[in-house]
Amino acid sequence: MWKPEPSLADLRYTVEKAGLTPETLLTAYRQMCLIRSFEETIADRYYIGKTPQFNMAAGPIRGEMHLAVGQEAVAVGVGMHLRDADAVVSTHRPHHHALAKGVPADKLAAEIFGKVTGLCRGKGGHMHLFDAEHRFSCSGIVGASFPQAAGAAFAFRHRGEPHVAVAFAGEGAANHGTLAETLNAAVLWNLPLVIVIEDNMYADSTPKWQALAQPHQFQRALGFNVPAYLVDGMDLIDVWRAAKEAIERARAGYGPSFIEAVCYRYRGHFEGDAEEYRTREEVERWRQLDPIPRLGERLKRLGWADDATLERLRREAEEEVARAIAFAEQSPLPDPQEALVGVFR
Amino acid sequence: MTRTMKGIAFAIAEAIDQEMAERSDIVVLGEDVTYWGAVFGFTMGLHQKYGRDRVIDTPITEQTFFGMACGAASVGMHPVVSLMFVDFLGAGFDQMYNHIAKNHYMSGGQFAMPVTILTAIGGGYGDAAQHSQVLYGLFAHVPGFKVVVPATAYDAKGLTISALRDPNPVVIFGHKLLTGLPFLPFEGQEEEVPEERYTVEFGKAAIRREGSDLTMIAAGLMVHRCLRAADELARDGISAEVIDLRTLVPLDTETLVASARKTGRVLIVDEDYRSYGMTGEVAFHVQAGALDALKTPIRRLAVPDVPIPFSEPLERTVIPSVEQIVAEAKALLAAGARA
Repeated sequence: MWKPEPSLADLRYTVEKAGLTPETLLTAYRQMCLIRSFEETIADRYYIGKTPQFNMAAGPIRGEMHLAVGQEAVAVGVGMHLRDADAVVSTHRPHHHALAKGVPADKLAAEIFGKVTGLCRGKGGHMHLFDAEHRFSCSGIVGASFPQAAGAAFAFRHRGEPHVAVAFAGEGAANHGTLAETLNAAVLWNLPLVIVIEDNMYADSTPKWQALAQPHQFQRALGFNVPAYLVDGMDLIDVWRAAKEAIERARAGYGPSFIEAVCYRYRGHFEGDAEEYRTREEVERWRQLDPIPRLGERLKRLGWADDATLERLRREAEEEVARAIAFAEQSPLPDPQEALVGVFR
Repeated sequence: MTRTMKGIAFAIAEAIDQEMAERSDIVVLGEDVTYWGAVFGFTMGLHQKYGRDRVIDTPITEQTFFGMACGAASVGMHPVVSLMFVDFLGAGFDQMYNHIAKNHYMSGGQFAMPVTILTAIGGGYGDAAQHSQVLYGLFAHVPGFKVVVPATAYDAKGLTISALRDPNPVVIFGHKLLTGLPFLPFEGQEEEVPEERYTVEFGKAAIRREGSDLTMIAAGLMVHRCLRAADELARDGISAEVIDLRTLVPLDTETLVASARKTGRVLIVDEDYRSYGMTGEVAFHVQAGALDALKTPIRRLAVPDVPIPFSEPLERTVIPSVEQIVAEAKALLAAGARA
C-alpha cells in the first residue's frame, strides 16, 4: 500500500479523469477535519473521570469507546456519493460513518454522552447509533452489517427505488460467515449493495496476518464474481474514485461491488487499549500517510487551496464539533423511567 | 362464510395470502418457502400466486436472511421469514435477538421492526434432539419478541393476521402435529374457519373447557392433550378447566389468575424444557395473583431437562402425554388441602 505521491501532472490527470472539482475536494477536506476533531474531542471528554485509574464506568462518557482517527478518508470518500435515502449499516466503530452519512454531529455527540437529546434518546450509545432520517444504523456485533445492508438493498430493488445500501465492516468482520453468505445473496438477487471493508490491519488485537488465509479480503469477493477494488484507504481521492464507480453501478441496477480500503487506526482498538500488539514505529510510519494533510498538500499543489483556506476549513469543522459537544454536555440525561418503555411500538 | 379446515398450516398460509393480496410491503423469505411451503405448509400456495419476487427461496443462511429481514424492515418492508425448524435458530439467532428484537428500543423508537417469523416446533414423530424442540421460552425470555403459539386453525389465521399488522417482531410457533399435513400425525380437530379476514388479539388466553376442580394451563399441542386428559378426568368425576395461552408474550395473567382463584389448583403443562421456562413464569404469575386461593402448591409437567431422544419409548417418556397429564392432575388433587 506504500505508494509515492503522484507528480503534479499525474495528480491533475487523476482528478480531471475522476471529475473531481475543487469544491468536492474542499468539502471532503472539511468533512475529514470534522471527523478528526469529533473523535479527538470525544477522546478528550472520555478520559474525564478515567484518570489516573481507568474505569470504564466513570466520567461523562461510559462504556467502551472505539474511535476512527486515521480512517476518515474511507468514510468520507464513500459518504460523499450517498444521499439521505441511501442506507448505511455500520459497526462498533461508527462515528466517522455516521458523520459522513450526514447524521447531525450534535445529536450524535449527545447520544454518546447518553443524553435524552441524543439520536436514540440515550438508549443506544456509541455502538448502537440510529438515525432513521438519514437511514443510518449500526451494530456492535461484528459481521452483522453485511446482511442488514443487503436487506435494505433488497427492499430498494424490490420497490424499484434508485437507492443504494452500504455495509461497512472491518477486515476482521470480513472473516465472518455473513460476508460469504451476503456476497452470494447479493449476486443472486442483483442487489444495489456496496460492501466496504476498512482493512485497518487489526481485528481488536489480532493482526491480519494471523487471521486471514489470503493477503486480502477482496479476493473473497472475486470468488463470487463481485467487482472488487483494493484502494488506499489513507487517500481520499483513491477511495472516492472507487466508491463513485461502485455506487453508480449499484444505483444503475448492475448489482453489488466490494471495496477493500487499506487504512490504519492511530488510536487503539478501544480507548484504554495498551496496544502491546504493535510498535510505536509502526504507528509513526502510518502517520506519514495521514489522509488529512495528504489531501491538504495535494489541494495546495493543484492550486485549489492555500494554507489559509485549509486553516479556515479546519477551524470551521472544529467550531462545529465544539458546538456539538457543548450541546451534548449541556443536554439533560433521560428520565430514568424511560428505560422501561419502548420495547414495542 | 366459513368452511371446515384441518390444521393450522393452511390457516396461516391463508392469512398471509389475504394480507399479501392487499399490501405490497409483505415479502416471504426463507428456505423452501415456494414448492414446499416452508416444509410445514405455512407458506403453501403463495409463490404460485405472488411469484418469486415476493416469495423467495433463500440459500441456507439463517444469519443472512434474518439480517436481510432486519435491513428490509428498517426501510419499510414487512418481511415474513421462515425459520424452518425452531431448532435451527442457533444459525441465525444473533440477527433475531440482538437486532430484530432490539433495534426499536435501541434506536429510541425510530426504527420499527415489523418482522413476522414463522417456525415449526415440537416432537412426537421421531425426529429426535435437533428437530423436535419447542424453544419458545428462549424467544419469550428476550425482550422484543411477541410469542404466538396457535392451538387451533381459527386462532392460527387470526393471530397471523394480527402479526402481519403488528409493527413489532412476532414469532409464530406452529406445532408440527397441529399442521394437518398428510405426512404427520394430527392431534388437533377439524373446525370451522371464516373465509374472510379477521384478527385474534394478542394477550388474550382462551378458556377451552370450563371446570371447577383444577386449572390446566398449556399452549399449542399441549392444549389438545390437556383437553383429552380433561375428558378422561371427567370420567372419574373430576372437572378440569383448560386454558390455552395463545400468546406467551404478551401473557394474559388476568385470565390465569381468575381461573386459579376459581379452582384453587393449577397444573401447567409444557412441551418446552422444564427449567427456567414457561412453566416457571406462569407459576410465578399465578402465585402472585392467587396465592391465598391456592389449595395446594402449583404443579408442572414439561420436558424433564433432557434433549428429545429418538427411540419411541424414550420420546414418549419425555414429551408430556395424555396419560402423564391425567396422572399429574390426579396427584395434584390428591395433595391435601392447605390448612
